Amino acid sequence: MVMNSKERWYEGTVYVALLLLAALVVFPLLYVLSVSLTPYSEVMKNGGFRIIPTQITWEAYGMFLKDSTIPRAYGVSFFVTIIGTLLNVILTVLMAYPLSKKTLPGRSALLFIVMFTMMFSGGIIPTYLIVKATGLLNSVWSMIIPTAVGTFSLLITKTFFENIPESLIEAARIDGASESRVLVRIILPMSLPVVATIATFYGVMHWNEFFNAVMYITDTDKLPLQVVLRGILTASMSSEINSEKTVPTTTLQMAGVILSALPVVATYPFIQKYFTKGMLVGAVKG
Amino acid sequence: MLARSTERRDFLLQKKLLAAFFQHRIHYAMLLPGMLYFLVYKYLPMYGAVIAFKDFSINDGILGSSWANPWYKHFKYFYDSPYFAQVMTNTLLISIYKLFWLMPTSILLAILLSEIRWKPFRNIVQSILYMPHFISWVIILGISLALFSEADGLINTMLKDWGLHSFPFLTSNEWIRSLLVGSDLWQNMGWGAIVYLAAIAGIDPTLYEAARVDGAGRLRMIWHITLPGIRNVIVLMLILRMGTILDAGFEQIYVMYNIQVYEKADIIDTWVFRTGLEQFNFSLGAAVGLYKSIIALTLVVTANAIAKRWGESIW
Repeated sequence: MVMNSKERWYEGTVYVALLLLAALVVFPLLYVLSVSLTPYSEVMKNGGFRIIPTQITWEAYGMFLKDSTIPRAYGVSFFVTIIGTLLNVILTVLMAYPLSKKTLPGRSALLFIVMFTMMFSGGIIPTYLIVKATGLLNSVWSMIIPTAVGTFSLLITKTFFENIPESLIEAARIDGASESRVLVRIILPMSLPVVATIATFYGVMHWNEFFNAVMYITDTDKLPLQVVLRGILTASMSSEINSEKTVPTTTLQMAGVILSALPVVATYPFIQKYFTKGMLVGAVKG
Repeated sequence: MLARSTERRDFLLQKKLLAAFFQHRIHYAMLLPGMLYFLVYKYLPMYGAVIAFKDFSINDGILGSSWANPWYKHFKYFYDSPYFAQVMTNTLLISIYKLFWLMPTSILLAILLSEIRWKPFRNIVQSILYMPHFISWVIILGISLALFSEADGLINTMLKDWGLHSFPFLTSNEWIRSLLVGSDLWQNMGWGAIVYLAAIAGIDPTLYEAARVDGAGRLRMIWHITLPGIRNVIVLMLILRMGTILDAGFEQIYVMYNIQVYEKADIIDTWVFRTGLEQFNFSLGAAVGLYKSIIALTLVVTANAIAKRWGESIW
């Protein structure tokens, strides 16, 4: 296609605008990384952080690894993420498959029961009381069981299953496959994009877990990474300074930020293509 | 005779239904754990919301606590308290500001991205812009500290270098809402563009061809083809957002606010959390939560009714 100079200007502007927006996203992350690598003594000397560090040191990261708080919180977060996501995906698929069968008696009533929870909830306090009544208070399971199925993920998965041709399932059944076999051997392998999508959503949700932990967990050694990190970040902001605790330096705080962002940012490029596809399916058909 | 035949028909129908239920027994078994989850952790709390009408005490439990007198006592307390106006104003303002910034930015972003024909560039930029959606609010708090903290944040360091005075961006009522809206925009503008990108992809490409033949420039095409083409989606998203206008972003605000900025940043949910769980006013917290849930339900149902008129039902 031939472009005149006006078109070329236009194209150029679009590229530049998008590059600027992308920089707006990337820059803060790189800056945090740079701060975490700057020796704090340099900051004291030069007054404030610079965009490009004058010196590089890993001492902040070393301090975290020596201290037991962050590694333990890492452990809690990994446990919650792995076990929680597994449970989420299994329960979601188990629900989505029957609900995708249009012949299932009571299907619309069951769907309504599920969808209604998207519109109305009992609220924070009653939910807390139920979690307490079911004995999950102060247990790592309080970050897993009360969010066992996500309604949105369930609907995406159900929609995907509905589009799998029925004849395929019929054929398998004629060959003598049981329902569970059909689900595991035929439906699941075909549904990899959507399963990867919901697994990503659930996984990120668990890794970023903050609120359930704040509400339900009081033992400090059961707190996940995000809660521990917020404590480190706000220590210097809070007005009441506890003289016994040393206030972490900004360098140390930013090392904590990098450590807890790392798993998401590092796996992101690999999982990104799945959920883009999965989300588009959800956005168009959902 | 007639009675007997209807009886027989009913019997056959029942038998057929039972057979259908039996045929799907494995499917019901699959549904069981998930449905149990919904009943226990979604529906029992709805039932538990009755404590909004009771004087709840931990020892007596949900059933055993005595009824409040009058039944609307806790609702009235909230309505009469000085927090009511403040919390409602903050919730609505923060929510509306977020909508005002996020929607146009996402639409613009989707249009810009759809104008790019060089696929690798488009994919990379898209991936970068989606990423903040997966970053937690605690990390965004960390980023905000690095950039805006008064002691050694980048902006204030620069201001001080230039001989200007520093600003308490994170701890002053003046700046907190901008910070909340700005960080929400940073986190969600890319993600918000997905739905508009999908809508743009659905526009008939022959329309652009025809416009090109007629000598329309790219901007004219955006104005006359792209924007009208995604108008339905824009209206739908707007209506949907109306339904959640009382959710101003609970987790974000809880993570990012502090006692100095309650006046401008405290929303319904954060107030319920502090009053209900941190100060053990369970009934009051439940009443305010219920009040919010009922308004939200009304808004969602209304929003859907409006959306239906536009031919775009949500369910």
